Amino acid sequence: MTTENVIFHAEKVTKVYPGTVALQEVDFNIYPGKVNVLIGENGAGKSTLMKILAGVEYPTSGTLLLDGKPITVRSPRDAARHGIGIIYQELNLYPNLSVSENIFMAHELVTAVGTIRESEQQRITRELLERLELDVEPKTLVGDLRIGQQQIIEIAKALAQNVRILIMDEPTSALSNTEVEVLFRIIRELKAQNVSIVYISHKLDELLQIGDYFTVLRDGLLVAEAPASAVSLNWIVEKMVGRRPEALFHRSEHAATRDLLRVDNLSLPRSGGGLIVDHVSFSVRSGEILGIYGLMGAGRTELLESLIGLHPEASGSIWLDGTALTNRDDIRTRIRKGLALIPEDRQLRGLVQKQSVAHNITLASLSRFLNRFYLSSGKERSGVDQEVGELRIKVSDVANLVTSLSGGNQQKVVVGKSLLTEPKVLMMDEPTRGIDVAAKGEIFEIMNQLALKGLAVVFVTSELKEVLAMADRVLVMAKGCITAEFNRSELSQEAIVAASVRTLEEVSA
Amino acid sequence: MSQAKSMTVRSTAKKPDIRRDPRMLFLQLRTLIALFILVVIFSFTAPSFLTTGNLIILVKQLAINAILGIGMTFVILTGGIDLSVGSIVGICGMIAGGLINEGLILPIFGVSIFFNIPIVILLTLLVGMLIGMLNGIVITRFNVTPFIATLGMLYLARGGALLRSNGATFPNLVGLEALGNTGFPLIGTGTILNLPYPIWLMIVFAIIATFVALKTPFGRQVYAVGGNERAAELSGVRVNRVKVYVYMISGFCAAVVGLILTSQLVAAHPATGTNYELNAIAVVVLGGTSLNGGRGTIFGTIVGAFVIGVLNNGMVLIGLSEFVQVAITGFVIILAVVIDQFQQRLQRQLVLQQATSQVVEQAQVKGGAAD
Repeated sequence: MTTENVIFHAEKVTKVYPGTVALQEVDFNIYPGKVNVLIGENGAGKSTLMKILAGVEYPTSGTLLLDGKPITVRSPRDAARHGIGIIYQELNLYPNLSVSENIFMAHELVTAVGTIRESEQQRITRELLERLELDVEPKTLVGDLRIGQQQIIEIAKALAQNVRILIMDEPTSALSNTEVEVLFRIIRELKAQNVSIVYISHKLDELLQIGDYFTVLRDGLLVAEAPASAVSLNWIVEKMVGRRPEALFHRSEHAATRDLLRVDNLSLPRSGGGLIVDHVSFSVRSGEILGIYGLMGAGRTELLESLIGLHPEASGSIWLDGTALTNRDDIRTRIRKGLALIPEDRQLRGLVQKQSVAHNITLASLSRFLNRFYLSSGKERSGVDQEVGELRIKVSDVANLVTSLSGGNQQKVVVGKSLLTEPKVLMMDEPTRGIDVAAKGEIFEIMNQLALKGLAVVFVTSELKEVLAMADRVLVMAKGCITAEFNRSELSQEAIVAASVRTLEEVSA
Repeated sequence: MSQAKSMTVRSTAKKPDIRRDPRMLFLQLRTLIALFILVVIFSFTAPSFLTTGNLIILVKQLAINAILGIGMTFVILTGGIDLSVGSIVGICGMIAGGLINEGLILPIFGVSIFFNIPIVILLTLLVGMLIGMLNGIVITRFNVTPFIATLGMLYLARGGALLRSNGATFPNLVGLEALGNTGFPLIGTGTILNLPYPIWLMIVFAIIATFVALKTPFGRQVYAVGGNERAAELSGVRVNRVKVYVYMISGFCAAVVGLILTSQLVAAHPATGTNYELNAIAVVVLGGTSLNGGRGTIFGTIVGAFVIGVLNNGMVLIGLSEFVQVAITGFVIILAVVIDQFQQRLQRQLVLQQATSQVVEQAQVKGGAAD
């Protein structure tokens, strides 16, 4: 591979995390003044690669070359010194500080005696904002700006440090269509100023519109690199998913019978006003696998959280196996009645990291293991063994800390915890996030088995091939509403994607 | 399937158990080892240290910290803190003293009701639990951080103790035969098998608390709340209720200590228990309980109380000045936490090493299969 016209080259970069190889000997190029698109499914290694470039993570092996010279990037400060800037999906701004204070945070312009040169900072901020065509006073508090405007402040922050390489992680996930247009115009201008962009997104149509070079990662390996002229939607999907996606899952036919869960007009207010879940109604039957597809921020997670009782302020009616749930039913009561949720963020909401595998598995159903009033080790042990065996959790000793397991096995621990509560309806939020391909297959097999046993399985995903492969029925969510429903026979990739980006007004229009 | 099984077995056989790594074992038992070393040193340097009389006094004194520490352990396991225990000790002593000397005064009727000692004890314990419940409610319902809520209660309860008698002491709490409320001094001075009641109370509480922590759903939930509150909540743990209960336990333990001290002095003084919350936190931390919650044991706390107790007693016996004693105690507490951090880091390292070697091995197996 020629490296003459490459500004940055990552050579044979490998990153090993406990339990998983996130990147394996990946070669990655950044072309100067171009939009370098990085694609891959969740867990493919995109974010790891990005963190290595930004100095947040350090590669286990491999070298980074900037202008052909090896560099070490051990901290975000190092990265900044080399002209590498990053804009995370979750914005890293201080809402309590002004625009100019945010832009110069930790790089303040100071006088000889160490005080901040306020007016100089504001002058430069004004220039930057003009360049980005954002009509905002430098003294405005960042918290008073719209999300789209805050995103542009992030860009201004990077530009203030004279970035040569700007990494953008899902920059459009929170933006409106007009704001996306503005962002794309800014990106084109940055290209003209010879800034190299690394652009990461799930929105394939956007990528085709803005990308110049495409790099595809799959399961920690680099599978393809090509210029935009050689790239099409089919090419991306084929490279991302691999040749035979359906081979992973062996789906059984499910005979769906009676309604186990019925939801009517469920709404959840958003903290900043409006509704994050907007009058959602649906039902799931026994033995059915219902897929809920939607982009991030569509309200899917909040929908499931409202059902399990995490948001008592939610309104609407929920019937579980014929009986109505009230707002007074808390999470414990709902679990007792047969609901279970496997949360999206395993580390944040699924596991107690300081506890053993066994204690994590039994946490939600401790009352089942009582002898009079104390926990019987024997009963607990057999409950744990049952799940470890059924779900094939690979663990040498269930007394080991749960964090010693790989991602896939950790996820199975969370699944096992839910199954011990003997649910009727199992809700799974992005059940395959951050686990390897083999474990994904196993998780799907488990869902399959549960449906065959007569459970209703509801799963949320942002991966098309998962809904296509697994769901008996698909609901598509966008902006808090259900915008489409498909039976298995009418499923098509195009229709699902189309429904996920439109709003309800567009549907009814 | 059988292939996968044999692979698992092989990798288990290869990797050493982290918990049995000698370095980890040493670090985990460090407080016990420190206690042992202290005992050996003082037995040689202070001839009167290992006498039965001294040992009984020693344990009787440290029982106070141990009992407070037991309650504090539950609070700290949930990731909270209870700064109000010293003041609860004070106010509970005053309530018991007042009930014995003045009775429950009913101004409307112009009479006082005197209770017998078991009822006095019961009422005092109820007051301690009630104050703990208030702590818990302020923390969970009104979203006040435990530090601030219990700091406020530290002042509030101390104020209450002072107001009860306008700052005066309730002296000579022996009761009157005619009122049927004699026998209060027995709590502090009575013995079973030559051991004073406070020692027995400590032993009984330690056993019950260990059982509750390890063998009941409540105990498991305490650890879960401290380990990951959000995961516990989604698992159906009633987090707020668990938190209220731990502050009630802490309040209960403080009330018991209030009764013991008042009984030993045969007098209730409103300043009793000042700064005891700091001793309680110190023994808990010394016992290896993490201030972040989710990790720690009752046994550790008891050992921590013994270390502080032996240290203080021994230093007095070998004639160290009180000022040196205070400084050394502080040094020991900081050292304990530094070593604890070291242990945590070593454990993380060992887990990482193990996991990495496993993954690399698997990748090699995979690669080998592909070749």
